[in-house]
Amino acid sequence: MPEFTLRLRRYDPDAGEAPYWDEHTIELESHQSVLEGILQARARFDGSIGIRCSCRAAICGSCGVRINGQPALACHTHLDQAMTGARDGVIEVEPMGNMPVIKDLIVDMDAVHWAKIRRVTPWLINKEPIPEREYIVPHEAMVDVTQSMACIQCGACVSDCLSMEVDPLFIGPAALAKAYRFVGDPRDAQHFSRLKDLAEDPHGIYDCTHCFKCIEACPKGVAPMSQIMRLRRVAGRDHQIDDGNNGGRHERSFTNLVRDYGILWEAEVLPRSYGGDSRLAKLSPRAGGELLESLPVIAKALLRGKVTPKGVLKPHRLPKDDLKQIKRIYETIEGREAGERFELNLYISGYDEEQEGAGGATPDAASDAAQGGDGGQQGAEAGQPGQSPEGSPSR
Amino acid sequence: MKVAYWPGCVSRGFTPELHGSMDKVAPLLDLELVELDRASCCGAGVIAEHNQELADTLNARTFALAQQVEGAELMMNICSTCQGAQTECQERLDANAEYRAHVNETLGEDGLTYEKGLTNKNLLWLLVEEIGLEELRSRVKRPLTDLRVGPFYGCYIVRPTDRLGIDEAKPRDTYLGQVIEALGGTVVDYAGAYKCCGFPIITMNKEVSLRQAGRHLGDAVAAAADCLVTPCPLCHLNLDLQQPLAERMVGSELRMPVLHLPQLLGLALGLEPQELGMQRHVVKPTSVIDWSTSVVGGVNGG
Repeated sequence: MPEFTLRLRRYDPDAGEAPYWDEHTIELESHQSVLEGILQARARFDGSIGIRCSCRAAICGSCGVRINGQPALACHTHLDQAMTGARDGVIEVEPMGNMPVIKDLIVDMDAVHWAKIRRVTPWLINKEPIPEREYIVPHEAMVDVTQSMACIQCGACVSDCLSMEVDPLFIGPAALAKAYRFVGDPRDAQHFSRLKDLAEDPHGIYDCTHCFKCIEACPKGVAPMSQIMRLRRVAGRDHQIDDGNNGGRHERSFTNLVRDYGILWEAEVLPRSYGGDSRLAKLSPRAGGELLESLPVIAKALLRGKVTPKGVLKPHRLPKDDLKQIKRIYETIEGREAGERFELNLYISGYDEEQEGAGGATPDAASDAAQGGDGGQQGAEAGQPGQSPEGSPSR
Repeated sequence: MKVAYWPGCVSRGFTPELHGSMDKVAPLLDLELVELDRASCCGAGVIAEHNQELADTLNARTFALAQQVEGAELMMNICSTCQGAQTECQERLDANAEYRAHVNETLGEDGLTYEKGLTNKNLLWLLVEEIGLEELRSRVKRPLTDLRVGPFYGCYIVRPTDRLGIDEAKPRDTYLGQVIEALGGTVVDYAGAYKCCGFPIITMNKEVSLRQAGRHLGDAVAAAADCLVTPCPLCHLNLDLQQPLAERMVGSELRMPVLHLPQLLGLALGLEPQELGMQRHVVKPTSVIDWSTSVVGGVNGG
């Protein structure tokens, strides 16, 4: 039977001693899991190794750890798979990040993860009157929340969240994904107040930096960041929430600047995010204060020629005909009624079969592209998006 | 090699030295850039946050324009964020024929169509996968000997790995290090290489944003880096333009120069710092140009 060496991070806060690494060599088949390896090490060599686990089948969410620096479920990671990420031939297992260690590989989920989950009112608030029998909910609405419902509360996303790393008060990916589960549920009566609350909280939906860490971390394809973007979409566009964190205004000014100029007029984003979507935004007290505070940076940028006065006052813009096209695209799409909106979620729809008769493209054009036909683009190679339908899409 | 070149917005706005240095470096790599000057902003994830179909359609328009460039082998960008935001839209467009047809219907009114399967590569990917490190090495005129460079990727070009086609065959999350080495420099291992610069929330939570930038810069200082290099102009804004404020936030002096990828390339390929716009940075790249006295003279008041 093959041998694997595990390097476990050991720490007992009560002992008053520093954390240390502990190595054990175990014998298991390579398709067996890192969790089984840890349990064998505990059974054979050291009964004091701390690890939490229950189902051993990737559904209870108890055994979240970091394997070779990456968050994972120990029961869902094969030993041979873990070996591919082992830097020096040894599989390194650490406790998850962003949460205090109780002992060895066990972190305090109550203090962080569950506290944050409770923060978002994680239950349905009924619409009144409550129907006599069952609620009738459109199929699409329930499909829409299935992705956030797939969460098993393992904390992998919390462990890796880069915003939380510097702002421990950030509500975080798992809890916000949970919040979307109710904001997306037509039976819930409190969509607006939930969103208003999460938008106004300085550590709420607008504290996420788009770093994609949680998408990468999640073993269940929940894509918490995508759920946060959905919360922002509903808050900013559908409810027009004007929050104190500039979140909604930032989104609207950015989007409208691109409509008006085709490319982003950066110098206007900041004042408009603070002061509202108008050229006069910079005169508003909020924007004025911020501009004043940024004056040293602005002055330096001007001094170094990084930014020219012309660039600040006069935007780049697309040629007239192209701007017209952009405006028309905006009118068509932004003009759609709520029910006509088209939002594709690959988690639900999946990928087309590899060789489908392409919808927009003629068969000729498709084969041309595949052969790198003259004048056209070369065919997409492996690794281009949408080219690898195997495995479950995670967004 | 002829490419449909998407410079992005920031390289023509607050980081003009990026667009400028790319222009200078391209001929030295035999790259013919056909600028997509009719294309719109990629949305940087913000337009998608507002309206997903709108972002997908705007980018499909960009892709359609790129596909019209005669003889171009692929589309190239010089911004991690453009790469990430555009790849996200392309993933949806390529995954679903019905959706693609729906988006193309909107584009159709202007006679444009996006055909599935565009190749869109950041300069970083193009360097390693199309030009090749051997070729790059052979073109180096001034090896970056003894220059200790910390890679700073930017989130959008490394995550999610499956969407971006990062795997064993294409370890795109190691390319910056490989390029630094090919140019003769030394790669500095520090904690921040794959972390977030904080820029996306600079208008929403300035303190947290600057603390992120300050932390990574501080880690690079602690690892004795001479400079950072990034393929993302938005990261550059938070790491360079905002560095004085980040210093204040973390309470320590950082003075860490941050170079755009084409600037680092340009130095090694023999261009002068001034041609590469390095005098425009907020943090003067003195530690970068100390390695060769002839170069020190080239920088304004360096």
